[in-house]
Amino acid sequence: MTDGRAPRSADLSAVAQSAKADDAKGRAFDANHPPDPALIDKCVHCGFCLPSCPTYALWGEEMDSPRGRIYLMKGGLDGRAPMSAAFVRHFDACLGCMACVTACPSGVQYSPLIEATRGQIERRYDRSLADRVFRRAIFAIFPYPARMRLALAPLVALQAAGLPFDKLRASRARRGMQGPRDDRRAALSCLRSPAKRASYGEARRSAGGAEAAGPPSADRSAKEPVKKYDVERRTRRTRRKTLGISLCGFRGFCVVRDFFTRSKAVALRPKAIGLRPPGFFRHVRAMMRLAPRVTWKSLTARVPERTPAVGVKRMTVGVLTGCVQRLVFPNVNTATINVLSAEGCDVVAPRDQGCCGALSLHAGRLEDARCFARSTIATFDRAGVDRVAVNAAGCGSSMKEYGQLLADDPQWAERARAFSARVRDVTELVIELGEPRATRHPLHLRVAYQDACHLAHAQGIRQPPRDLLRSIPGIELLNLPEADMCCGSAGIYNLVEPDTAEQLGDRKARLIDSTKPDIVSTANPGCTLQLRAAASRLARHWPIRHPIELLDASLRGVEISDI
Amino acid sequence: MDPAFLNQLQRIVGAGGVLHDPLDVLTYECDGLPHLRMSPAAVVLPASAAEVHDVVRLCARARVPFVPRGHGTGLSGGALPVAGGVLIALSRLNRVLEVDIPNQRVTVEPGVTNLEITRQVAPFGYYYAPDPSSQQVCSIGGNVAENSGGAHCLKYGFTTHHVIGVDAVMPDGELVRIDGALTDAPGPDLLGLIVGSEGTLAIVTSITVRILRRPETVQTLLAAFDTIDAGGAAVSEIIGAGIIPAAVEMMDALAIRAAEAAVHPGFPETDTVLIVELDGPAAEVEALFEIVKDICRRCKATSIEVAADEAQRMRIWRGRKAAFAAMGRVSPNYYVQDGVVPRTKLPEVLNRIRDLERRSGLPIGNVFHAGDGNLHPLICYDERIPGQSDKAVEVAAEILSYCIDAGGSLTGEHGIGADKNTYMPQMFSAADLALMQRVRNALDPLGLCNPGKIFPTPRLCGEVPGPYRAHPVEKAGLAERM
Repeated sequence: MTDGRAPRSADLSAVAQSAKADDAKGRAFDANHPPDPALIDKCVHCGFCLPSCPTYALWGEEMDSPRGRIYLMKGGLDGRAPMSAAFVRHFDACLGCMACVTACPSGVQYSPLIEATRGQIERRYDRSLADRVFRRAIFAIFPYPARMRLALAPLVALQAAGLPFDKLRASRARRGMQGPRDDRRAALSCLRSPAKRASYGEARRSAGGAEAAGPPSADRSAKEPVKKYDVERRTRRTRRKTLGISLCGFRGFCVVRDFFTRSKAVALRPKAIGLRPPGFFRHVRAMMRLAPRVTWKSLTARVPERTPAVGVKRMTVGVLTGCVQRLVFPNVNTATINVLSAEGCDVVAPRDQGCCGALSLHAGRLEDARCFARSTIATFDRAGVDRVAVNAAGCGSSMKEYGQLLADDPQWAERARAFSARVRDVTELVIELGEPRATRHPLHLRVAYQDACHLAHAQGIRQPPRDLLRSIPGIELLNLPEADMCCGSAGIYNLVEPDTAEQLGDRKARLIDSTKPDIVSTANPGCTLQLRAAASRLARHWPIRHPIELLDASLRGVEISDI
Repeated sequence: MDPAFLNQLQRIVGAGGVLHDPLDVLTYECDGLPHLRMSPAAVVLPASAAEVHDVVRLCARARVPFVPRGHGTGLSGGALPVAGGVLIALSRLNRVLEVDIPNQRVTVEPGVTNLEITRQVAPFGYYYAPDPSSQQVCSIGGNVAENSGGAHCLKYGFTTHHVIGVDAVMPDGELVRIDGALTDAPGPDLLGLIVGSEGTLAIVTSITVRILRRPETVQTLLAAFDTIDAGGAAVSEIIGAGIIPAAVEMMDALAIRAAEAAVHPGFPETDTVLIVELDGPAAEVEALFEIVKDICRRCKATSIEVAADEAQRMRIWRGRKAAFAAMGRVSPNYYVQDGVVPRTKLPEVLNRIRDLERRSGLPIGNVFHAGDGNLHPLICYDERIPGQSDKAVEVAAEILSYCIDAGGSLTGEHGIGADKNTYMPQMFSAADLALMQRVRNALDPLGLCNPGKIFPTPRLCGEVPGPYRAHPVEKAGLAERM
């Protein structure tokens, strides 16, 4: 025992000493898997990545650009940049959207560089207690649907009691913005009947010019004239009314609610990342703002384990139902299964599947990610499927990386490679299936498609979702500016860096709004939540749907609002 | 840096607009030419022309040197900071101020990228002609400073031919409007003086540029040759036949390999490729294209391929434009030079460069605007091998001397900057340089605006020109560079 202990403590002190020596020399990294200098040397400092980087687009600061971050890594290796709070903040600010990888002509592999840097930061940098608690809580809850269900349950009660959070948000809509709820109701009611829908599209388009200056007016001209409230006055009056109700509990609730949901005006001057990370309550407030709409039905929804192909079978496809997806957007899973079976696939959705490990992988918690990966591979191997269809971009990209993730594990390496080769994004799979079988009914909609980063940049899938949408008659695919720039969701980024995420969300919402869409489509649950929150801050309420939901609606010949 | 001065800067641009943490300014120590490095004392990020004005006035009053910078993609160290000075980064001045289609003018702030102008006017059928290879990221302010060209400047000219007015903050902090919007503005051509002054005479805060109507047809041809001589002969013949192509670009084997690895443009595996682009009315392009094809065939082209559609044309151009940056795929470091030779001397100079490549042992890629004889040799080296970076500088110097011997120039479009100022006396006489100095001194008597660029400056004792290397005093640990 003592024999073992002595050298170990000596080792530890040696490690501590060398760490101290590193810090003293201004070296940010120790010898345990620092970012690979060979990969850093690939960067020739040309700057082609700058315009693609969301944080550079926001703040125009070199150290918050991919080139600057790589330069900081180099400084960290050379002993010119210590692991200081500022150093950590510049890496925390990175969304990991990998748009820079798409832009880089020199082929710099940013992904392993940022993962290694984040690994060092997690190991060597002392985050504040609040930060640590919050991050740990996320990783203890999100990847486990059962825990997630428990965590979301109180929301159901609150929302069922008539306090849906998006409405709270909307009631606090930006000054100068008007009656968002009416607008949303108008949009949805129009979508229910084709005739109204056509007129709604017309009305929105013709209102386009006026809308740029003022609030959305949808079909307000068609309905009885709505009183023009001065928003500030109206919210004040509503508040007075609610305070008037002699329920002290409710009043207290209002105060707490306002604290969590109040939105700050966007400063004209770009607000770059501060030296201090957001506080605990800021994190919680971000969570409340992003909180999805859930019901008992969505929380307990289950998709059938086996769905047979319609007509002659083309192949057997396994469906990953996801953690957030299955609880918050169960319709996406239903739509995925409907479409695949209509296109001639036997669809299997194994009951015992868990998290794919995407969250852990992207945050640099590689050991956790490997455990999740092994279990996911085992589940789908047992199900005996030809392809695994994924309808969440983040999950798909990590499942395609299983081969590399488990490369050092002799028992699993080969199996993981074979598994990754079978993984497809659902839009990719539908296109791969070839000639459509099921009849596509027309959907007369102007659709703005926003690329999910883990689809466009990590998986290189840009065309299939667009082709899929174009295959639906009547759909007008809009040309969305900066469609491949991150919306700010970026996995858990909008929870851990809410200020930056909101700046990006607002920018994205304004750009989407400039195209006057009837509906927004994106292929990742995180992006959907982020876009919804950003839209409601702008008092816009386009429905946001996965492309596969639109295709499903077209196949079934039903309305979007009925999905 | 003096805290009172920093405070004053912060009062102008806000706390978020001044960076002085050593870690933050570290990332600003070099531009697109990373082997020249110097940390500034502070970086200022103004968000409006008024703030630039105030910052410059403050610097002038406090006698602090300042250097303007766009997005830091320059290849001559033009935005290399000055020790103890302020770096004025204009990346936040990125608004498009006015798009005036009927008058074919666009007014933008200097931090707007070159490509953004084309993006703004493309829906109306217009574009902005100068197209440096880094157009997706390089700022229009930087284009004005360096008088940037691009592949298409053979037919359409350089930045100076497209800028029709600027608002400029002069080194003493005075804000002036230099307007060439009229066809023949009275007085001396001040605009011509400012464009290409490499940020040494003024900082521009708004730029009005001319936009052109998109040509009816654009056709692009990719011809492969076995020898560089054959390619060079084809270029001379095409232009000799009275054809002015929109662009004539040449790439050699090493550059082809790098571009192919980066963006898969579908270049043939050969010694030299020639990209010829013709644009204009369809009938004219059609007729001239046949002549060009004939010439290529006569010059023994091994293959001639015409881009079938816009997608393929874009692929070819992506391959050409990514060529510099793609060198990272074939070499750990590279040093891009920029020299000009008369077109007819191209084969001769290129063969001398090949000789030099064999003698020096450093691979040299060649990507260049063949139409106007603008060479861009890419010297590959590995800074981790002792002596290689010095060698690369020597090789570059020799290539430049070939250019001057052939009656050419030190730079075609990248500027002299801090990289080539020591070679200036090779090209200009003492009297020539003195005249330039006098002009500069007239506008910037204190020498605060981007000092150390263009003109050769005396160095520290024991300091040699070229890439950063520790000064003997630094090596001994006696002093530290900021």
